Amino acid sequence: MSVVSRRSLDEPGLADEFLRLVGDGDEYGAVDLVTALLDDGVPPQRIMIDLIAGTQVRVGELWAANEWSVAREHAATAISERALAAVAARTNVRPTRGRVTIACVDGEWHALPTRILAEMLRLDGWRVDFLGANVPGPHLVTHLHQTGPDVVALSCMIATRLPRAHAAITACRAAGVPVIAGGRGFGPGGRYAQHLGADAWAAGAEEAVQRLARNWPPYSQDPQLSAFLGDEEYTYVVRNRGGLISTAMSRLTEAYPAMRDYNQRQLDSTAEDMAHIVDFLAAALYVSESQVFTDFVAWTDSVLQARGVPPVALRVGLESVQAQLRDYPTATAMLTAGAARIK
Amino acid sequence: MTAQSPASAGERLAEGPAPALLRAALDAASEAVLLCDSADDTILMINNAAQTLVPGLSAGSTAADGPLPGLAAAVVAGDDSFTDVHGGRHLRGQRRMLGSDHYGWYLHDRTDEVARADALRAERARTAFLAEAGRRLSSSLHQGRCTRITAELAVAHLAGAAVVVLPVDRRQAQWVRLVAGEAPEEGVLHESSLAEVPGLVEALGGFPPIPSRWLDASQAPAWLLPDDFGPIGALLVTPLPGNAEPAGALILARRGDDTEFSPEDEILARIFAARAGAAISAAGLYRDQVDTTAVLQADLLPPELIQPDGIELVGSYQAAREALRIGGDFYDVFGPTDSSSDTVIALGDVCGKGPEAAVLTGKVRQTLRALRLVGAAPDEMLHVLNKALLESGRRHRFVTMVVGSVSRAEHGRVRLNLATGGHPPPLVLRSDGTVEEVPISGTLIGAVPRTVVRPADVELAPGELCLLYSDGLTEARGGPSGDEQFGEARLHDALAECRGLPAAATVDRVRQLVSDWVHGGTRDDIAMLAVRAPARTALSLRNGSRNQSPFAIDARRNDRRVRQRS
Repeated sequence: MSVVSRRSLDEPGLADEFLRLVGDGDEYGAVDLVTALLDDGVPPQRIMIDLIAGTQVRVGELWAANEWSVAREHAATAISERALAAVAARTNVRPTRGRVTIACVDGEWHALPTRILAEMLRLDGWRVDFLGANVPGPHLVTHLHQTGPDVVALSCMIATRLPRAHAAITACRAAGVPVIAGGRGFGPGGRYAQHLGADAWAAGAEEAVQRLARNWPPYSQDPQLSAFLGDEEYTYVVRNRGGLISTAMSRLTEAYPAMRDYNQRQLDSTAEDMAHIVDFLAAALYVSESQVFTDFVAWTDSVLQARGVPPVALRVGLESVQAQLRDYPTATAMLTAGAARIK
Repeated sequence: MTAQSPASAGERLAEGPAPALLRAALDAASEAVLLCDSADDTILMINNAAQTLVPGLSAGSTAADGPLPGLAAAVVAGDDSFTDVHGGRHLRGQRRMLGSDHYGWYLHDRTDEVARADALRAERARTAFLAEAGRRLSSSLHQGRCTRITAELAVAHLAGAAVVVLPVDRRQAQWVRLVAGEAPEEGVLHESSLAEVPGLVEALGGFPPIPSRWLDASQAPAWLLPDDFGPIGALLVTPLPGNAEPAGALILARRGDDTEFSPEDEILARIFAARAGAAISAAGLYRDQVDTTAVLQADLLPPELIQPDGIELVGSYQAAREALRIGGDFYDVFGPTDSSSDTVIALGDVCGKGPEAAVLTGKVRQTLRALRLVGAAPDEMLHVLNKALLESGRRHRFVTMVVGSVSRAEHGRVRLNLATGGHPPPLVLRSDGTVEEVPISGTLIGAVPRTVVRPADVELAPGELCLLYSDGLTEARGGPSGDEQFGEARLHDALAECRGLPAAATVDRVRQLVSDWVHGGTRDDIAMLAVRAPARTALSLRNGSRNQSPFAIDARRNDRRVRQRS
């Protein structure tokens, strides 16, 4: 056996090659590539972070830019998971640290980043329980009582899940287990994580590994001190979600007679867009941060533009939600600030 | 009597009977008083109370020196008050000017006040400690965590080191040890070593606690605490009371020669131990329940799927009652046997919810497994199952289900023979993205003696997929209005979008869409089982040519570099 060409992460075009493999749904090619890298002495951590996680970021960008379909994005993610599993299967580390439970918050389906975190922590000597995507709060807490971990790592990629993330964080801490939060959903620099009572926040898997390696657990206050967030505006928006969306839909039809000819699928996806406006608004009200909402509008605007949807549709959506929330000053201010972000 | 105070008429102190009268008056007062000269701080007069309180004071000496360092310092510094401890009494002095030439120190014995304040502070600390203990101990139902929390609380409030020893189980006792400022350690002790720690066997045996003063700390074995802890000054071993039998013992150790555990400390440790013991034994009870449930649950959980060659099989199960993860929906897969190379799949839904329903699914699955062994075809299985359920005698126990027999056909195709008993027919996703319903029908199983089952055959080309699902999927309520069903049309659309995806990604995608649709509302059991003929990318890759997956048409600009490996 002799390796003719040694492979390394510095190789030009390697990331493109891996992106191409996952984009083609080529599981064997992707697994072969990471296996070859491992064989040639590339540390598994670097493969997971630089290659697999890095590629996943590009997959997200390709989807946002409308270059890849949702289905292709999903297939690519599935292949990345297989490649990750192949790396994991080749590395064996005896646990020397404590026990960690890793979960995505209820309603959160982006499991790959947490799976990478799980493997990184395992390589660092943690005993890992990986609960995967979309873990309901009661399930998570049951798991804590049954296994008694030293820390829960909770991921939230989308800000609309913040209220549920908060419930999970409070419940974990009430069960005596400190929580490290991660994922974009917790805002720039993890701003909202502290607000929700998390004991720590990490931007990515590597940072989380470092944070948990020393001075853990941190001193923590009684979790019940931060158990309630949100105000009456939040409560109103959440309790009237259905009404807000359906009224916005009918106003939208008035503004756009073409919508009368939409089929169920088009109506569903328009209703979904309205639902997003309401849900992000609710999340922004929950953590009292209008940036949650304005960032969402700016991002949606760019995604819609990439798909050739005129920005006026989003604007009318915001206006029709705003028209129903006249008596709610914070919500109104957020919607106005959001509208200003439409290009 | 004039209204003048004696001091304002100070010059009269030196003459007449007034000084004697004043002296008598001062001596009769309960407050201790020193009368001093402003010019040189000489003590002019000391009343009886002051003499009793501080016997060393004498008239004629200077107040800037003497038996009360606090007073002397205040005089030198020109302060108007001081506190001091003299002969075990807590004193506070205050200076009051008496005219321009004299001043008086008024001493107050605040020993009782200090003692009350100390007692109050100690009581508050105890209350805060026990409140924290209550909160933290009640937080977890995990026994390991409860013992660790016990050690942490003990070290934070009671002693420099704490060891929690659990009851002996199979001649061994687990322990958790914590020394202030260190990380907790855990381990196991043999029963025979327990006797080396004074009082430990008694505490674990449920006997009354032995007072700390009777325990010889020097008798503690070296292994009890780390070497760098130093000599143990005082040792306290307290039983942890549990559910009618001890939940363990708490060993507390303090450093240094002259330390001790006071009777108050012992009482506090005992109250704390009662709470810790209750928490640890409740956690033990919970663990026993969980262990039992896990055994019973094991057969009711969705199975680990086998991966037959040339067939992709992916299952997904989401129980309405997530904590137990079992319910009325189920799926199962039975691999090839000696007599049959087919794989048998089944997915169904029994009436009812929760554990009762799960028990019935267990029986149904077991029956199917047996029927599979005698080589019954899917429609036969449903007929027999119907009879078996009717004859079991318990009414209203019916089930809807799809059973299929899966085999490989030539050119990477997969053939299914499917039969349904009152269950929604499976969907087939073709490679061109069309979604078809498998044309099968049949009546509910376990409801009426005569069932009608019309089976059908389906063939999947490479990349095509057949999805078996339970109606929890299409009947999931949510959407914008919050009360609309997900419906079959949306399921068809969702599936059509998954053209070319691996089975795992397809099942995940559908789960995600339904979860988003429900938006945190009430959940029902949802089961899915996908059978897919693998796309042939892998094979063609090995042959050096490339077969494009349908969604990957625009991805390739350059040919992939051929890797040379030998």
